[in-house]
Amino acid sequence: MSNTRKTQISFALIAVLLLIIGFAQSWNVSLGIFNLCLISAVMALGVNIQWGYAGLLNVGVMGFAALGGVSAVLVSKAPIAAAWSASWGRLFIAAVCFGATITASIYCYRKLSAGRHRNLAITAAIVFGLFATRYFLDPAVSAIEAIEPAKTGFLGGLGLPIIFSWVIGGFVAAGIAWLIGKVALGLRADYLAIATLGISEIIIAVLKNEDWLTRGVKNVTGLPRPVPYEIDLQGSDWFLDLVRWWHSGSLSVLSEPQQQEALKQFVISSSSIFVKLCYTGLFAAVLAVILLLSVTALNSPWGRMMRAIRDNEISAGAMGKDVTRRHLEIFVIGSAVIGIGGAMLTTLDGQFTPTSYQPLRYTFLIWVMVIVGGSGNNMGSVLGGFLIWLVWIEAEPVGVWMMEVGTGWMDEGNALRIHLINNAQHMRLFFMGLVLLLVLRFSPGGILPEVVRKRVAKV
Amino acid sequence: MSVLIGENMVGGYGGADILRGCTVAVDEGEIAVIVGPNGAGKSTAMKALLGMIELNSGSVRFRGKEISALTPQARIALGIAFVPQNNNVFTNMTVFENLEMGAFLREDDISETVDQIYQLFPILAEKRNQLAGELSGGQRQQVAVARALMSQPSVLMLDEPTAGVSPIVMDELFDRILEVRQAGVAILMVEQNARQALSIADKGYVLVVGENRHTDSGRALLANPEVRRSFLGG
Amino acid sequence: MEILTDVINAVVLLLNFVIVPALSYGSQLALGALGVTLVFGILRFANFAHGDTMAFGTMITILATWWLQSKGVSLGPLPTALLALPVGILMTILILVITDKAVYRYYRRHKAVPVTFMIASMGVMFMMNGIVRFVIGPNDQRFLDGERFIIRARDFKAATGLSEGLSIKVSQGLTVVIVILLVIALFWFLQKTRTGKAMRAFSDNEDLALLSGVDPDRVVLVTWIITGILATIAGTLYGLDKSFKPFTYLQLLLPMFAAAIVGGIGNPVGAIVGGYVIAFSEVVVTYAYKKVFIYLLPQSLEPDSLLQLLSTDYKFAVSFLLLVLVLLVRPTGILRGKVL
Repeated sequence: MSNTRKTQISFALIAVLLLIIGFAQSWNVSLGIFNLCLISAVMALGVNIQWGYAGLLNVGVMGFAALGGVSAVLVSKAPIAAAWSASWGRLFIAAVCFGATITASIYCYRKLSAGRHRNLAITAAIVFGLFATRYFLDPAVSAIEAIEPAKTGFLGGLGLPIIFSWVIGGFVAAGIAWLIGKVALGLRADYLAIATLGISEIIIAVLKNEDWLTRGVKNVTGLPRPVPYEIDLQGSDWFLDLVRWWHSGSLSVLSEPQQQEALKQFVISSSSIFVKLCYTGLFAAVLAVILLLSVTALNSPWGRMMRAIRDNEISAGAMGKDVTRRHLEIFVIGSAVIGIGGAMLTTLDGQFTPTSYQPLRYTFLIWVMVIVGGSGNNMGSVLGGFLIWLVWIEAEPVGVWMMEVGTGWMDEGNALRIHLINNAQHMRLFFMGLVLLLVLRFSPGGILPEVVRKRVAKV
Repeated sequence: MSVLIGENMVGGYGGADILRGCTVAVDEGEIAVIVGPNGAGKSTAMKALLGMIELNSGSVRFRGKEISALTPQARIALGIAFVPQNNNVFTNMTVFENLEMGAFLREDDISETVDQIYQLFPILAEKRNQLAGELSGGQRQQVAVARALMSQPSVLMLDEPTAGVSPIVMDELFDRILEVRQAGVAILMVEQNARQALSIADKGYVLVVGENRHTDSGRALLANPEVRRSFLGG
Repeated sequence: MEILTDVINAVVLLLNFVIVPALSYGSQLALGALGVTLVFGILRFANFAHGDTMAFGTMITILATWWLQSKGVSLGPLPTALLALPVGILMTILILVITDKAVYRYYRRHKAVPVTFMIASMGVMFMMNGIVRFVIGPNDQRFLDGERFIIRARDFKAATGLSEGLSIKVSQGLTVVIVILLVIALFWFLQKTRTGKAMRAFSDNEDLALLSGVDPDRVVLVTWIITGILATIAGTLYGLDKSFKPFTYLQLLLPMFAAAIVGGIGNPVGAIVGGYVIAFSEVVVTYAYKKVFIYLLPQSLEPDSLLQLLSTDYKFAVSFLLLVLVLLVRPTGILRGKVL
């Protein structure tokens, strides 16, 4: 079966599943899942760019998604004037100290020859520098966090429309990726994986603890939206007219007072659906753009060179290709895409919750998406993003339902029954692992394996 | 009867055949040397004898018994020892532990064999508790050969034992190999240093593109004008 | 005399909040890192499922402990969990062997690259995580019984008259003792027994080991057995000391990898050294030394800031920082493990 045919069938299948969910549960749920599918697809694309184009194993997806998320906060929230005025002086000096520490360490590393003296010098630079930075930073931080800690307690942001953060988030993720890539990309695949996992944990730790910047675990809620609010829709005339017209069939059979009631219900659910559809439009547009760019890049001379490097690094290097720089490019671009996905996710949530960034849910789940969907294949990653997210999110209610049916013969209060039903949701982890292992073993290229053909455009 | 013989071997690494019907054998208490240009199939022939590559046709016999179907490990258990060209010692284990690993399949007391080895390679006795990875190239080769000898093999196969060692060390190694032959072990060697190898060889095989080109005693081959011209630099 | 008491108080402070906890935590990390390093050295891949293997072993031990406790069995001042350990160990070994046969053996046969093994271990990690949460639930479980403390802070203060107390928990003492015993046993096994030497040879030079007649299947089996033992004991000790929560063990994965890599991956001594280095770094870097300096410095120089390099929230970040540093600066680790 050709890849095109498989693509058509797979997406058709997903559409059918979403339709079933729409009918069986609700359209709100179905659309909600679809939106998250779109975001997952974007993140999976980012990972695939790094893995498929360059063979880079980035297990720090979570960190880059979080960077995108925090960008949404830092871009869209209004700046808190009181916090800034209380602290800008000390913050500035602290930043200078921090920069000096880094510069001094690098200077020592470069200028001194390896050995005890250099290690001592670097350690001294770091210890002194850190203490100095803290000396200025700590009071600044306390000042910021003292300003209305329950409501704000942080610096705020730039006060720009949140949709800008999708781009800025990409840049932030790219910037950090550049730093990481500069130092870590020389490592072998499995060591790079461990290093990126560690770095993403560090990023999350910083986001969780630097309350003055991100509110830490107090979370940032009420992020502004790029789409209308349900309340506003429910109050606007044009929307009411729209709903009335859409449901005119079912309304006409009801009596007057019942019509008003029904209309109210329709308006509420429709507003929610409308908002979700707006998001769908935005996310789909972003996904389409990124996908188009990826496919174009893949088929370009640049893309061919990338794959040549991936397939035989040593030969490519011998032919004069700067392998390290290419890898850095790919790492940065892929991370930028992941960052965009992270910004989109936080926008959708309307809030930034650092504790929600769990390695299982982000990093590992997205890797399952890439591998099951088709590693090295852009369309495959998109498919994987849709499919795996769908399975993941539906596995919980389906699993619970199956458990209830399965234990139906036991009586209500049976401790075992209660335990099984309560914990049924965890079995989705088990099944996700099983899916990954099965695909890895029996179809290692994934559902849509990478197409290796000479002159035909690849997707 | 040869102790070990690979007759009319045809095969390779899966693609084209590298060996095209060559025959290599070693008799009891004999040193047999395989020489030839690069790509002739010398190491391949040795690996075929050991069972590390599959033969499309031909047979390998040990003391008259057909062993073509046996795995390399099974053949080693019969009494064939192999010293690879690279990575031929356990670098993170001591010299003595390397010897112990050589005797891994033996159930009896190995101390007598160890003493024999120490007599044959006195430097190893001196460095018995040192990590093999810390020794010089020539000493490492001695450890490699000693490890193989610990299993008290009937046949000792060496893949380019003098590759990358200095001439003095090479002479020493060949002296040791002669002593090993005194002890009654049949030795089959692949060598690039054709001249020195043939000078100690009882039997020499010149392989070219996977076929036997010349087969004779070492001394005869050294005197053969064609052989001298092609491989010995005149 | 005042000065002496002050110094002793400072020392006790350091003992109580830095040295004892770091020793205990370091021992747990060392055991975990040993398991990681063995699999890396012999099976040649980074086993992402190791944390959840520990969770699995601990889970079985907890269930067995509860059963024993319900039958009224106890071990006096020591935790009953010690009696339940053999059951946990056995089940874990069983699971590991089954996993090897079902998952990893195929890739060994087909000479897959290390990355494939790693991704497969991610799948195994998912499955084990799911099973543990399903069977025992995602919440905190306590299963410590018997005496809690060897020395209580207030008893210490009463006995010595110092203002700072030293407390040592039974679980901490047990950890250090058990780890010392296990490490001695493991090293005796690796250095003195035939199978142990075969495993070392196999890790050192696989092809040569095969040429020497080492049976690869046996080496793999023994590796998983030892890993199962180490993982279960490490997980149980950690659970007794802190508490058992399935999620924590996934978090421990990184400090354990850090310990194994920092010490020198593939090298058992390295794993142990690495465990203590990581543990001590985490604790030393995040401890607030204010009180210590108050004791040691004259009144006029007393600091009023906490004197803490990094806040305690960054504990995990410290091990990751060390890991990344080592990977970049000296990838073979302190004791020069496998080359990168």
